[in-house]
Amino acid sequence: MTARLWSIAGAAAVLVLLVALPAFLREYSVALATKMLIFALFAMSLDLLLGYTGLASLGHAAYFGVAAYTVALLVVRAGVSSGLAFPAALVVAALTGALFAPLALRARGSYFLMITFALSQVVWSVAFGWRTLTNGDDGMPDVVRPNFGFSLDSTASFYYFTLAVVGVATVVLVAIVKSPFGRALRGIRESESRMQALGFDVWRYQYVAFVLSATFAGVAGALYAYYNRFVGPEYLYVIQSAEALIMVILGGAGTLIGPAIGAGLIVFLEDFISSLTQHWVLVLGVIYVVVTLFAPRGLIGLVNDFRRRGAK
Amino acid sequence: MTWVIHILNGVAFGMLLFLLAAGLSLIYGLMKILNLTHGSFYLVGGYIGLTVMQVTGSFVLALIAAVLAVALLGAVIERFFLRRFHLDELPQTLVTFGFLFIFSDLSLWIWGGNPLMLNVPHIFQGSLPMGYYAYPYYRLFLIAVGLLVAGGLWWFQERTRLGTMLRAGVDDAEIARALGINVSLLFTLVFAVGAGLAALAGVLAGPVLSLYPGADFEVLIFAFVVVVIGGLGSLRGALAGALLVGILDDFGKAFFPQFALFTVFVPMAVILVMRPTGLFGRQ
Amino acid sequence: MTALTVEDVSKNFGGVAALSGVSLTIAQGERRVLLGPNGAGKTTLFHTISGNVAPSAGRIVLFDTDITRLRPDRRARLGLARTFQITNLFPRLTVLDSVLLALDGAAGRGMRFLGSPAGDRDMDAQAHRLLERWGLAEAAPRIVRTLSYGEQRQLEIALALAGEPRLLLLDEPTAGLSPAETRRVVAMVHELPRDMTIVMIEHDMDVAFELADRIAVMHQGRLIAEGDQAAIRANQHVTDIYLGAE
Repeated sequence: MTARLWSIAGAAAVLVLLVALPAFLREYSVALATKMLIFALFAMSLDLLLGYTGLASLGHAAYFGVAAYTVALLVVRAGVSSGLAFPAALVVAALTGALFAPLALRARGSYFLMITFALSQVVWSVAFGWRTLTNGDDGMPDVVRPNFGFSLDSTASFYYFTLAVVGVATVVLVAIVKSPFGRALRGIRESESRMQALGFDVWRYQYVAFVLSATFAGVAGALYAYYNRFVGPEYLYVIQSAEALIMVILGGAGTLIGPAIGAGLIVFLEDFISSLTQHWVLVLGVIYVVVTLFAPRGLIGLVNDFRRRGAK
Repeated sequence: MTWVIHILNGVAFGMLLFLLAAGLSLIYGLMKILNLTHGSFYLVGGYIGLTVMQVTGSFVLALIAAVLAVALLGAVIERFFLRRFHLDELPQTLVTFGFLFIFSDLSLWIWGGNPLMLNVPHIFQGSLPMGYYAYPYYRLFLIAVGLLVAGGLWWFQERTRLGTMLRAGVDDAEIARALGINVSLLFTLVFAVGAGLAALAGVLAGPVLSLYPGADFEVLIFAFVVVVIGGLGSLRGALAGALLVGILDDFGKAFFPQFALFTVFVPMAVILVMRPTGLFGRQ
Repeated sequence: MTALTVEDVSKNFGGVAALSGVSLTIAQGERRVLLGPNGAGKTTLFHTISGNVAPSAGRIVLFDTDITRLRPDRRARLGLARTFQITNLFPRLTVLDSVLLALDGAAGRGMRFLGSPAGDRDMDAQAHRLLERWGLAEAAPRIVRTLSYGEQRQLEIALALAGEPRLLLLDEPTAGLSPAETRRVVAMVHELPRDMTIVMIEHDMDVAFELADRIAVMHQGRLIAEGDQAAIRANQHVTDIYLGAE
């Protein structure tokens, strides 16, 4: 079979597996799988910016958290229907991205990393400090899940909802990445000056990539708000941004599937290892170091290396 | 008069931040590594100092032991885990992050979850009378140490051949080797010195701030903010940024306790937006 | 018809004058070669023309448009293309993708989220034709950084030509190439449409004298001689510089 046929077969198999999941896993695992899907989307949204456009952001949690807080604020404080809060959250995430992008794009490389970190910390400190609006550190509970005619309160039903949303988002992301626009992003990642010399308005492409990336992060953030039925400042904290970065790097930047797998793996490991030992942070740290030593290009990079060696 | 107290507190805290930021900035300036393990160096250094002091009763020994131990740790990490990823930012980020996790858990394991404090060394106990108030000698000592280290680093940077090269930001290892510098040794030394400075900050902080799980992450964020404001790779920037952040943080906590960190993050964001490379950073 | 006018352009870096009052007029279709020792300012001049560096003083006019303040991509869309002295390609992309990008850039239609199958086939065909002219057709699926140095230099030129530019800046196109590769590049330049204006920085004298209509010689940031081949060969000042410096 050709490589392409293998990919399609593989994707189909994964899809079947994902759809059938609730039938043979217990509820706890289905909930964990839901979380894995949400973070897979979060990681993929960052990959668009980091892996494809070459901009490493340490503030991606800002859009994730802003969307989550929009949901919480609209539902809990404004009494807006939960279903309507979802698109509103995406709009807010996109607008935040549109606002931050021109500020962040004044820099590149490590400085870009720093500015994105700074901007997201400002948002975090607002959420943390403005107690009357956000309850500060205590967070906002009672975030109700949407009801589109059927309730999403059961673990299985919310799992399918997440699967559907993440699925659609993934299809869109793949389309973006494979499009001429996606090719231009990769060109920008490789050489901004070359792209400029070829007639591309590089800044405009980076801006669009930034806003798209923020929007998809917002989808994940809104889903997470529904998932936990709770939103707190930790959604916005730099640790959340750092985790996303780790998921992308571990999985393999610039591949979309790598970060998705990296995210799923990390979410799973965090849960699994913490059930085995209280020193799960230590184990995770060791895993990160060891994996990097053997797979500096991430897990997908490792797979590619094997493929190349096998081909010889 | 309270203003003076606040400023002094801010400066004292700023000096601790300077020790951290100087190390972070030095490491970045030479090796382009954003060392996320830096927070661990601070906390582990502080814990080691605490233990040594508990065993020997000597603050000086605690300082020496902590700095040397952590510097050695830093050297090992650089030599065996970071060296191979020279100029490869993503793997470096993952490795330093991994070590941050490792040390975070190990120190929780060894020293437990309760906040611990060092005793103020005997000679610095008590306060200097200042009008209606009295200012703790120990904090004045902190300021003195900070200035001393700043002076030492400045002298090294301006007056020694090695320092000049560090300042010039020797980007090309080839040129460096041609000038007779053992680049490998230099990298390891600089990383070790950076780590040692963080450990120094940890032990010095022991009597005023406490050591607790999570301090490594918090302190790392502060160090980041300082380096961001001051400019990556700049010693002057590290000092300016540290003092600014120290004072802003103190005033913030005193006058806007709810928004304490806001007073630190907003100026940082504003400065960055106006000058993406920070106050004294290189373009 | 004047293709390019460089009016009294100067560039200072810190205290160093990289360019001092350089003025050039290049006619459409002309083949102009820039000669000069290393450090003469040739590449800096190219940078001011392409927009990578802003001049400290002076004006640059491209086909009646003042481009002095324009960004590099704006100038590219006005028909200016360049190659870089240090190969500036897309290391991890395929050769084909690189050419497709060049085509998209030239047509100003990179911001497309949906490709049409017909349009894509057309572009693919166009890309392959371009690669064939440069003997890189088999290299299409290869990753750029796996190409040999010579192949990369050729790709560098192929990308610049993808948009059928009106003004082409070639920065040492034959540097580091084997004699066979050099002959190929020279042959290609000969075959370029006569209405395309070409300005070239060259160190290889044979190539320079073979391709040039007119030659300009730079030294220490200044233009010191200009003329056809005979005039330059006879110029004592030029000979002094080359015998002295190289």
